[in-house]
Amino acid sequence: MVTVTLWAGLVPLADNQKTLEVEADTIRDLLRQLTERYPGLRDPIKNEVAVVIDGVIYRDDRSRPLPDGAEVFLMRRLAGG
Amino acid sequence: MSFDATYRDKAFKSVGTRPLRPDGVDKVTGRARYGADFNMPGQLVARVLRSPHAHARIKRIDTSRAEAVRGVKAVITAADLPDLTDGDASLLAILDNCMARTKALYDGHAVAAVAAIDEKSAKQALKLIEVEYEILPHVVDVDAAARPDAPILNEAIRTSGVEPAPDTPSNVANRSEFGHGDVDAGFAQADVIVERSYRTEQTHQGYIEPHACVANCNPDGTTDLWVCTQGHFVYRQTCADLLGLEVSKLRVTSSEIGGGFGGKTHVWAEPVALALSRKAGRPVKLVMSREEVFRASGPTSATSIDVKIGAKADGTITAAEATLRYSNGPYADMWAELGAMTSFACYDLENVKTVGFEVLVNRPKVAAYRAPSAPMAAFAVESAVDELAHKIGMDAVEFRIRNAAKEGTRSSYGPVYGPIGIGPTLEAAKAHPHMSAPLGENQGRGMACGFWFNFGGQTCTDLNINADGTVTLAVGTVDVGGSRASLSLIAAEELGIDYQNVKAVVADTATLGYNDMTDGSRGTFSSSMATISAARNAIEVMRRRAALTWDIPVEDVHWEDGHAKAAGSKYDNLSPLSVKEIAAESGNSGGPIAGHSEMVADGAGVSFATHLCDVEVDPETGSTRIVRYTVIQDAGKAVHPAYVEGQYQGGAAQGIGWALNEEYIYGEDGRLQNPGFLDYRIPVCSDLPMIDTQILEIPNPNHPYGVRGVGETSIVPPLAAIANAVSNAVGVRMTHIPMSPPRILAALNADKDG
Repeated sequence: MVTVTLWAGLVPLADNQKTLEVEADTIRDLLRQLTERYPGLRDPIKNEVAVVIDGVIYRDDRSRPLPDGAEVFLMRRLAGG
Repeated sequence: MSFDATYRDKAFKSVGTRPLRPDGVDKVTGRARYGADFNMPGQLVARVLRSPHAHARIKRIDTSRAEAVRGVKAVITAADLPDLTDGDASLLAILDNCMARTKALYDGHAVAAVAAIDEKSAKQALKLIEVEYEILPHVVDVDAAARPDAPILNEAIRTSGVEPAPDTPSNVANRSEFGHGDVDAGFAQADVIVERSYRTEQTHQGYIEPHACVANCNPDGTTDLWVCTQGHFVYRQTCADLLGLEVSKLRVTSSEIGGGFGGKTHVWAEPVALALSRKAGRPVKLVMSREEVFRASGPTSATSIDVKIGAKADGTITAAEATLRYSNGPYADMWAELGAMTSFACYDLENVKTVGFEVLVNRPKVAAYRAPSAPMAAFAVESAVDELAHKIGMDAVEFRIRNAAKEGTRSSYGPVYGPIGIGPTLEAAKAHPHMSAPLGENQGRGMACGFWFNFGGQTCTDLNINADGTVTLAVGTVDVGGSRASLSLIAAEELGIDYQNVKAVVADTATLGYNDMTDGSRGTFSSSMATISAARNAIEVMRRRAALTWDIPVEDVHWEDGHAKAAGSKYDNLSPLSVKEIAAESGNSGGPIAGHSEMVADGAGVSFATHLCDVEVDPETGSTRIVRYTVIQDAGKAVHPAYVEGQYQGGAAQGIGWALNEEYIYGEDGRLQNPGFLDYRIPVCSDLPMIDTQILEIPNPNHPYGVRGVGETSIVPPLAAIANAVSNAVGVRMTHIPMSPPRILAALNADKDG
């Protein structure tokens, strides 16, 4: 079980919940469950999400395991120079 | 493909050395081929007609007289770039920016383009294109644009991120918020509070090479694009999407790059050149002039930022708050959001709140500029932090050390930090001789910290062992800051061969799998991981070849110091086989030897820096001279330290220009007044001291060699470090960047009068 915190822009798309409890093993599993639970999250998750696990930002590696009890944040994908 | 990216401590032979730059001779002798150096037989010259108005509805465009000019082969308008974006708003914004569809949204916005056999014909044709404009009220100032009575750029925009959702249009496209705790309760605990407003003006990356490309569309649909870019695979995808091209038929080759700094992560002229070539049936070369680069490529945001920070008398910050308004140009993006995320990232705060507002203005579409949005936020926050330290009577470095983020700190943008490097950079600053060096008359010292995220991304690399034992490394990340050298060092290290025997090239989009662009300080971080993986795969092939040669099981062959060695006493008579020996036999042992890697290189890790700066301000003229400058930054592992130092120095140099002189100046008519290097003053060598650097090496746990990106963070602290130094020198708090001589004199006079 992990606790996921959403960035503010996603909260209205998830029944106004800022944090969610999800039973997921990987980033892919987590995002799949979130889009099933809240279809409004589908587009932002597809296009503009990065996942932070215990402080490390993962933009693309959706196979990354989620350690039990990990702190997980959904952040917008960042631009860089 | 499984690849273990975990850091392992090891002794290096090649990594950490400083060999000569492989591209150096070509660049200083003029042999290097930049974007404008490519030519094709029969190519046409392209020129773009740009709006002279900051905001105008395009009522009619008549190109018939231009088309009749002798030598003109194609004239295009937005009608030649139909909307194929299928509801993708961000893609439509890119298309609209390349060629205005219904409205010109800034001075310099492209409205038509011509391809002709020579420049004279193209220019003549441009003059004959008739555009009927309905001039609209405009707004270029970020604060003015955010007011309810401002001229609206896009009637469809409603501010997102606010509840309840507004039902009237606004130039404020989005509100974002970050933070935790209770700032009001935190401020109630504070003994001292600093509250100020700050402004920074719009600047350009100032890359020396303008945007340039050659496009060639063939009748069978195959298309070539040679272009100066930070990401040719991304350009391929964007151009294919915008023009309805098949990705496999569009081959993009990147040239040498004369600077990008984020400004060459976006397409501007390339879709126009492709559309002209498609219409003309000839190759088309499009090179932007410096004036066009200033008016119509992507500068950074102008900002207006309010900061409030409170602290106890013992120096503990109790609450911090910032409201950040960033200009976006005419199209909404996430520039203020990035500022809001990075503002207080250096600090361990119990109560923090940041709010960002994306503001549309009649200026060019904002693009990334090296740690985009972070320098302006750092200027505001680090200025207030410095002032707070002074008011409490604490040393500026000690105050920051007391409040610095560390492992376990909840960052101001949300997640809890793992191991991070802000503390070590501050401790290094405290111990640095620069801090105790004496200051002269009219001189002041300042310091500031900076943060940037860094990231990795999709990466694909080929490593070929040639028959003579040399190695060709084909990478897909454009070399903007020395990655061909650093990646060659990595390949040499992993294979156990000499650096001189590795040659790295940037492959085109037809010869290698997809790569994200070189941004987010990811070039060496990502491609080095892929290079290590590719080298290890090649080593596996070479172990098998050695086993075949010796006719022993491959399990009995291990790799050490660039040689295949047979393990165990029963093979004592077998001499180790070098890469060269294995390669020489490759034709008879199974064919060519290569290693390939495709991966997502994630886990870049966040980055911190601390800068120290001494300035001397002439009280008569307000002119500022940088006397001494020191950059302290964590590199994880400096693969080629000279290039790392170059990145540190380059960021500081650009920051010095931004802090002291650079700004977009608009007239009342909304036209840019200084689109050239004479009137937009970037620093030259004589403006700068030797910029000293100190590389810290705190290994990144998510990279086999501990490497972190180093390209961007160095531009984050300079605005604040210099502002603090100037403020200390003149005794007046400077709150407006750039601190040009007139602005410093005005602040001094206001202080005298006040």
